[in-house]
Amino acid sequence: MKTVQLFITCILDALYPEIGEAAVTVLERLGLRVEFPAAQTCCGQPGYNAGYRAEARWVALHFLDVFAETDGPIVTPSGSCAAMIKHGYPDLFADDPLNLLRAKAVAARTFEFSQYLVRQLGVTDVGARHDGVLTYHPSCHLLRGLNEREAPLTLLRHVRGATLVELPGAEECCGFGGLFSVKMADVSSEILARKMSNLGVSAAPLAVTCDAGCLTHINGGLHRAGVSQRVIHLAEILAKQ
Amino acid sequence: MSFSSRITTALADSNLQVALDGNFERSRTQRMNAMAALPNADLVRDRARAIRIEALSRLDTYLLQLEAAVQARGGVVHWAATAADANRIVLEIVQRKGDVTSPLVAKSKSMVSEEIGLNAALEKAGLRVVETDLGEYIVQLRGERPSHIVATAIHLRRSDVATLFEKHLGLPRTDDIPTLTAAARKALREVFVKADIGISGVNFGVAESGTLCLVTNEGNGRLCTTLPKVHIALMGIERVVPTLADLEIMLRVLARSATGQKITGYTNLLTGPRRRRDEPDGPDELHLILVDNGRSRVLGSELAESLLCIRCGACLNICPVYREIGGHAYDAVYPGPIGAVVAPALGGFTEFGELAGASSLCGACQEVCPVRIDIPTMLLKVRSAHVEETGGDAAWLGPAMKLWSFAMRSLPGYRLSLWLGRLGTRLLARNGWVRRLPGPPGGWTQSRDFPALARKSFRARFVERQTTDDRRQTMDDKRKT
Ligand code: SF4
Repeated sequence: MKTVQLFITCILDALYPEIGEAAVTVLERLGLRVEFPAAQTCCGQPGYNAGYRAEARWVALHFLDVFAETDGPIVTPSGSCAAMIKHGYPDLFADDPLNLLRAKAVAARTFEFSQYLVRQLGVTDVGARHDGVLTYHPSCHLLRGLNEREAPLTLLRHVRGATLVELPGAEECCGFGGLFSVKMADVSSEILARKMSNLGVSAAPLAVTCDAGCLTHINGGLHRAGVSQRVIHLAEILAKQ
Repeated sequence: MSFSSRITTALADSNLQVALDGNFERSRTQRMNAMAALPNADLVRDRARAIRIEALSRLDTYLLQLEAAVQARGGVVHWAATAADANRIVLEIVQRKGDVTSPLVAKSKSMVSEEIGLNAALEKAGLRVVETDLGEYIVQLRGERPSHIVATAIHLRRSDVATLFEKHLGLPRTDDIPTLTAAARKALREVFVKADIGISGVNFGVAESGTLCLVTNEGNGRLCTTLPKVHIALMGIERVVPTLADLEIMLRVLARSATGQKITGYTNLLTGPRRRRDEPDGPDELHLILVDNGRSRVLGSELAESLLCIRCGACLNICPVYREIGGHAYDAVYPGPIGAVVAPALGGFTEFGELAGASSLCGACQEVCPVRIDIPTMLLKVRSAHVEETGGDAAWLGPAMKLWSFAMRSLPGYRLSLWLGRLGTRLLARNGWVRRLPGPPGGWTQSRDFPALARKSFRARFVERQTTDDRRQTMDDKRKT
């Protein structure tokens, strides 16, 4: 039986344990053995994106310590954390040769959840069922950071009972950007407002995404506005049968 | 005014918001269509990038080649290490010319001249400078600087221009665009006729032939560079390309990225001044000023890639932040995502580093950039340099980051922060949502609710699930035996 190492990002761990469990359900259904290295914490992205490289490096080192010794692919249901590990780590350790080697080895084994299923396992149908209308919000880090347009859509198209409708301005950012949403709250809110109005136009009760950051941001805005639409994670849809 | 108050002002300006939204929609579709119509667009972009990299990697060679070629065609080449040098050289040229009688200077759009503050320097010396590009003319009349590197007056609407022309040109108030442009044209034609000095920027300088390429959509660039007796061209040293064939590739992506056109209305190739006997027009003198002003320093830095930029403005047009705040909020010569790299690269991290915070790192800029500049990564570099030089722009952030880093590098620290977060959000939440977060995170709850942390983390639930699995397994095993 093939083993995968699961990296559940800090947001998922703290806010959405059910998304992590949904990912486990899907992976196990595909016959994989899922291991969860217990000492894992965060990938270091908040510090890295804010320009605090030294602080981010410490957190990234912890990640390397936890995952470097494990075997098999590292799968994470987060486009932005996968992008951090794949692109951010080699940059963070650019002048630290030994850790750079470890970082590159880990980066090569790390995959975002939907990319892993479609590109690595060659799976397009995970046997999911969802009766209803869905739309898809591509998170910027999965879309442009990992250059992945198709994998999540392919998986969604194979969900029985689901109708996939287009989201206008789908590829525009939702305005989250981590600390950006707090430090430049006004600008971030304006960008979010546009995303929410586009969701309204799509009229889908549920929007699917592959990043808990966008999900928290958009749902927070929708809830404040008293709108009943919600964003859910791809793994949650795929886990349903 | 601080960056954040400039942002607040921009967001509250409904005129600006309408103008910016219009620009976003228009420029995005135009650029997309134009790129889609370009055969092998991806290959052409790769080629364009390779040309820029080649030019920069042997910048000294190509600049010397350019200098020699321009001289061979009868032009004069000047080297300006700083902004002050460049301004001084322009003034010297103007003052040395005994037969220049009119104190009038006709200018065609040039971001470099904005960068070095040329207009102010010339006006201080008693000259009158008139911007002849319509957009530039408008912002000059308003006493502003451009808010976009291509579409200078993109922050204005038609009615703003009507008001402006009513005041300055004595035009009876009208919203009719042809009438407005005709009025501007009439005013500017007089300038062209009277001015003895024409100043322009340079989009590309071709090393092999000494050709200066100038791209405009109005023809004013052509008038500035051919009618006055003296033409002074200002060129950032990075804008060199090796050959005419390279220039052709660059032009294929420039207009498409900038305005969605196949080729710009007027693409002028100037090679030397007028050769007296056989040419009817052109200036008597051509001066090329090669402006460094920090570029060679950037070339050796981790922001070197920003020098590939051909100032097409595509990244501004696609940027969700620029779309909300416009160019003036940046208060830098070069606004938008690439401006947030170039401004601190040229002007220093202390003063301009903060601009790099105005990004969600969505990567749309990199995706559209015709020469594929990795702007997001450079924004990160600017952010960290800014933090290193100034300690960061928010007092709470440094300590918060230290604490975060400390907590996340061990499991007990992580567990403790999880516990605190759960406790805190549970106390503040009603029905699972927090409406107001205290302290710096309060920015979040300005327009968004925040979910309370889950009662049980994934890790706790995963352990439980495994133990149940194991127990079930043992029971099964027992039953079997
Ligand atoms: S960074 Fe790229 S997209 Fe932006 S202005 Fe420069 S060349 Fe154009």
